[in-house]
Amino acid sequence: MGTPIDTTAIGGCRPEAAICTRAVTRDFQAGQQTITVLHGIDLDIRAGELTFLVGESGSGKTTLISIMCGILWPTQGEVKVFGTDIYELSDSDLVEFRLQNIGFIFQQYNLIPSIDAANNAAVPLIAQGMDRLEARERAVAMLEKLNIGDQADKLPRQLSGGQQQRVAIARALVHEPRLVVCDEPTAALDASSGRRVMDLLRDVAVAEDRACIIVTHDNRIFDLADRILVLEDGRITHDGKDMPEGH
Amino acid sequence: MLWIAIRMLTGDAQKFYGLVFGIAFSTLLITQQLTIFVNLIERGASGVYNVSSADVWVMDPVSRTTDVAYAMPSTALDKVRSVPGVEWAVPHLRAQASVRTKDGDLEGVAVIGVDDATLIGLPKSMVEGSIEVLSQPDSVIIDDVGTTRMFPGQSPIGERLELNDQRAVIRGIADAIPSFTSTVVLYTKYSQALNFVPGTRNRLSFVLVGAEDPLQAKALSERIEDETGLKAQTRDEFAQDGIDFIIENTGIPLNFGITVALGFIVGVAIVGLTFSLFIRDNIKQFGALKAIGVTNAKIRRMVAVQAGLVGLVGYGLGVVGTVFFIWGFSSNPTFKGFYIPWQIPLISLVAVFLILALTGWLALRNVLKTEPASVFR
Repeated sequence: MGTPIDTTAIGGCRPEAAICTRAVTRDFQAGQQTITVLHGIDLDIRAGELTFLVGESGSGKTTLISIMCGILWPTQGEVKVFGTDIYELSDSDLVEFRLQNIGFIFQQYNLIPSIDAANNAAVPLIAQGMDRLEARERAVAMLEKLNIGDQADKLPRQLSGGQQQRVAIARALVHEPRLVVCDEPTAALDASSGRRVMDLLRDVAVAEDRACIIVTHDNRIFDLADRILVLEDGRITHDGKDMPEGH
Repeated sequence: MLWIAIRMLTGDAQKFYGLVFGIAFSTLLITQQLTIFVNLIERGASGVYNVSSADVWVMDPVSRTTDVAYAMPSTALDKVRSVPGVEWAVPHLRAQASVRTKDGDLEGVAVIGVDDATLIGLPKSMVEGSIEVLSQPDSVIIDDVGTTRMFPGQSPIGERLELNDQRAVIRGIADAIPSFTSTVVLYTKYSQALNFVPGTRNRLSFVLVGAEDPLQAKALSERIEDETGLKAQTRDEFAQDGIDFIIENTGIPLNFGITVALGFIVGVAIVGLTFSLFIRDNIKQFGALKAIGVTNAKIRRMVAVQAGLVGLVGYGLGVVGTVFFIWGFSSNPTFKGFYIPWQIPLISLVAVFLILALTGWLALRNVLKTEPASVFR
């Protein structure tokens, strides 16, 4: 069981931290009203771990994950990903940083419906400028690693939900990013499929030099986490191997 | 990424065909209507085009076109012949007349009297018969459009007409560019025309002039004006006057302009709506691409390529459709001699570019506004 952490005790970023946030705050405007969604988040994510970010709807976990992967600016605070202060980068450098270093697995998969599984998985490589055929070859190899190499030529609509999920995972990993971010990867899957996807993610996404963060509120998979962070009302209220009592 | 953009577009067949149809329809409407417009107003100059040998047209100073002319005294011909640089000058008569066919039908016709000796003033070629038939008594040559109007499905050769109470016999068919109103035209010798047309003191409509140096036609026309006090215009100037007269005195430019504008508006509406639907349907994918690390510049290029592909296919189909239209109706007298000036497809291309730039920009705004973070919502 973990215990609530004292965020104020954390000083500068540790060199070994894959992701480090310091005093991250995020406000949103709702008419005249300012709503603070995140309250000074201090956090270190280590590489080689499967980290779950858990919380109720509205707790701020989507906002936090968006800030950590460089697609939403914090109102205040500092975010370092593998030592790079990403919000100090120019817009174009930040986009390039994401392209080179971050893999995304979206809840809705967001596959392009008119291109086949292999080309969908190859998108980050193509965006990096790799030749399309070479990118496709590498994507097929990744699909084979995920046991759906035989589905490489199929369009997303010809695949089951689980297969589409694997294509999305292949797309997130094909360019060997150092950070993998998954948004509710099991939300649309039944219990056994969900566990299979999580086992797969652990096999392919977790590595010594790679951080993997999963946003979820699916309590069926909590036991698979190396570390669980609980977010409540924009504050980290728990940091440990297991979920706290009462959740 | 551009390949992906094209696959995104063509993968949604319904919207792709909708976009192509929108552009093709706009192109067809704009190209076809402009083509008809240009060819129609050019018929204001058909009287000039039909007499290709004349370098300069001389007329009374108040005359404006071949159909709006004030007759001159016959002495004008000698005055013009005396101007240095004139190689030849011949009389040319144009007048309106009524003709009664053997069936008793009444038809308004244009009578054109050409020089008795040289027959200058006739169209360049004949559909049937030869120009020498005008040597026979009471001979007239009818234009081919007149044939289809007055003698549909039958040969007019040998037909007798009652032309202002005079007997006229059709002995040939001329291959002529129809007039703006497609009036039936009867060609005859100048001396014969004087008999056909009711007499007034002055009968000479124009003096047709051949220049010793055709390249100096402009200078010759100015010299004729200076020395005779008559109005003289080069072939091109007088043709342009005929076209301008149609533009200034008819509602045609406005009507065709409205249709062309409608073509543009319909194109914007169809393409704009379909394009924004396409973008809306793919907004999550674009958002995901932005999150992954595709720059706005690349997204812009993707949308530009999508618009370019739609434009290319749609424009091609629209122009080909216009060609088929003109070709399909080429045997119809109304469309005789119609052609597509090279400027018109260029204008359509600019219109298509504007349609796609406008609709693409509107669609692109939504994509660029999409925050990458929206993919997590």
